[in-house]
This record gives sequence, structure tokens and C-alpha cells, in this order.
Amino acid sequence: MQMTFWQAALIILVVALGTQLTRWIPFWLFPEKKEPPKAVAYLGRVLPAAMMGLLVVYCLKGVQWTAAPHGVPELVSVAVVAALHKWKGNVLLSIAGGTILYMLLVQVVFA
Amino acid sequence: METRKKPISTALKAAFPVTVPVMTGYLCLGMAFGVLMKANGYGALWSAAMSLVVFAGSMQFLTISLLTAAFDPLQAFLLAVMVNARHMFYGLAVLDKYKGLGKVRAFLIFTLTDETFSIVSSVEPPEGVERKPFYIWVSLLDYAYWVGGSLLGGLMGNLLSFDTTGMDFALTALFVVLFMEQWKKKEIRPAGAIGVACAAVSLAVFGADNLVIPAMILILAVLLGGRKQLCR
Repeated sequence: MQMTFWQAALIILVVALGTQLTRWIPFWLFPEKKEPPKAVAYLGRVLPAAMMGLLVVYCLKGVQWTAAPHGVPELVSVAVVAALHKWKGNVLLSIAGGTILYMLLVQVVFA
Repeated sequence: METRKKPISTALKAAFPVTVPVMTGYLCLGMAFGVLMKANGYGALWSAAMSLVVFAGSMQFLTISLLTAAFDPLQAFLLAVMVNARHMFYGLAVLDKYKGLGKVRAFLIFTLTDETFSIVSSVEPPEGVERKPFYIWVSLLDYAYWVGGSLLGGLMGNLLSFDTTGMDFALTALFVVLFMEQWKKKEIRPAGAIGVACAAVSLAVFGADNLVIPAMILILAVLLGGRKQLCR
């Protein structure tokens, strides 16, 4: 440990402050009692879908497409999750199925 | 009303199953975080304390490197704001859902992570379960998984014999499933496609380490620019 106790504590505290700032800003900008502008209400409706798309890409950002196994474990597992979900519509089943398959692929098949 | 008899336990019963994927992901990543902290000289209490006050996965991993570098609180603060900038969009998207919930709203905002956001924005509480206790349980359970995972990781070091490689795919799978749930709403589909496309473009142009902020700006520009078309 290179930092003193208080230095480390302060770093953690400012990281918490920065993080919390990003979570609170929208609620400060558009308080409950005031009707938010129409554009904000519109964003509130469309952003969840857009951000879910961003999060999927974000999760796959580390995949090396040009080197073996060329993202095959990820693509196959995502496809299986999607297929399971389309078929049964059971959130847990889709996620467990895809995750177990992915673990097998990276630990056994493409190890 | 009969259904109002035990709002707490019915809400917990409704919330727990949807948080199970988050449990898998958070326990794994939380433990990995605790192990890494330990390896850098910060024991279980440090890990648990950081998870309690920060509660932001990727930023906490980055903080380990901040803790082992030269002392620079301003840089740490700015990095936290930039890495977590996407949370601002989450707030915008749940302004309406988190309206009129009283004092607990502060806790819900405090714990609004990627995963918690993805659940509250995509999953409606089932019939007979009120919004407020449902959101509280989802947030509280996710928070507990993360803090518990980091504490465990710090306590156990790397004693784990079970190979958990790839288990964090549960979170990827969760986002895929919730993306599909959003996709069910036809009028929202273009927004979902825009999110994927903007993130992919940003990844190709700016690389894996800097994709989020350009992607957010692109998404905002396209969504606002195409508002007339997207609003039908």
C-alpha cells in the first residue's frame, strides 16, 4: 500500500462523489414538481431501448474479432440467449442457458 | 384490497427472480474486485467500503489502479464523472418512473447502476405489486449482491477452486434479454437499433476504451434529430 489511509479514503470518496454526481444531475435538472420539457419526456421514452443497445455493444467491446476465436463464443452465446428468449420468453432460462454455454465455450471448447 | 396485505413480501417475491442474473454477475465481478483489491494491499473492509459508497463496477476496477498510482484526487473525480457519464441518461429515462416515491427516491437514485436501470426500465412490476416496493427491492438486492461479492472476494483472496471464467457473461445475457424486452414495443424499435448502431460506430472509431461518451453524444444527436420521425 503506497498511499496513507487518509489518501486512499479520500480517493474513494471523490470517486463516490463523481459517480453520484452523474446519477443525481438529471433529477436536479428536472425536479419532480416541475413538468420536464417535451424533449426530455421523449428521451425518457426512447433512451431505455437505446441504452440497452449500447450496453450490449459495451459488453462485447473487448472481443478480438481479428484473432482466434474471432468472437465465436460471444456471438454463438448471444444468439442462443436470443433464441431461447424468443422461444420460451423466460428471462432466467435464457440467461442461464447462454451463460453456461459461454462458460463451456471459453473454458473447454476454445480453451 | 386483498393484494395490499403484504406489499413487502409480495414485492420481494416479484423482484428476486428478475435480479438473479444480476446476482450471478455481481457476485462474480464483486469477488473478482475483492480479490484484486486484496492483491494490491487493500483488504476485505476496503473493498466492502468502496462498494458501499461507490457502487459502480467498472469505475471501482479503475479505482484500484488510482489507489496504486500517485495521489491525485482531482483526476480521480474527473475520471469517475466521465466513466459514469452514461448514468445521466439513466436518470433521464427513469424521471417518470421514480416520480412521487418520497424519501426512498434518494436511495433509488444512489443505487442506479447499469443493471438496476436495465431492470427498472424494462420490467414492469407484476399485477398486484406496487411500483415503490418493487423498485426498492430490485435496488436493494443488487446493492447487497455487489457489496457481498466484494466482501467475499476480499476475505477469500484467490482460494476459489471453481473456475468462474466466463460467468460474468450473465450480465451480457441480461442486457440482450432486456434489449429484446424493449424490442417488443414496436414504436421503440428504431431507438434500440440506433443505440446498437451508434455504439458500434463509436467502438469502431474511438476504440474499446473510449466508446461510451462519443456513443452517448451520437445517440442523443440521432434521437433528437430524428424526433419527428420517431414520434410517429
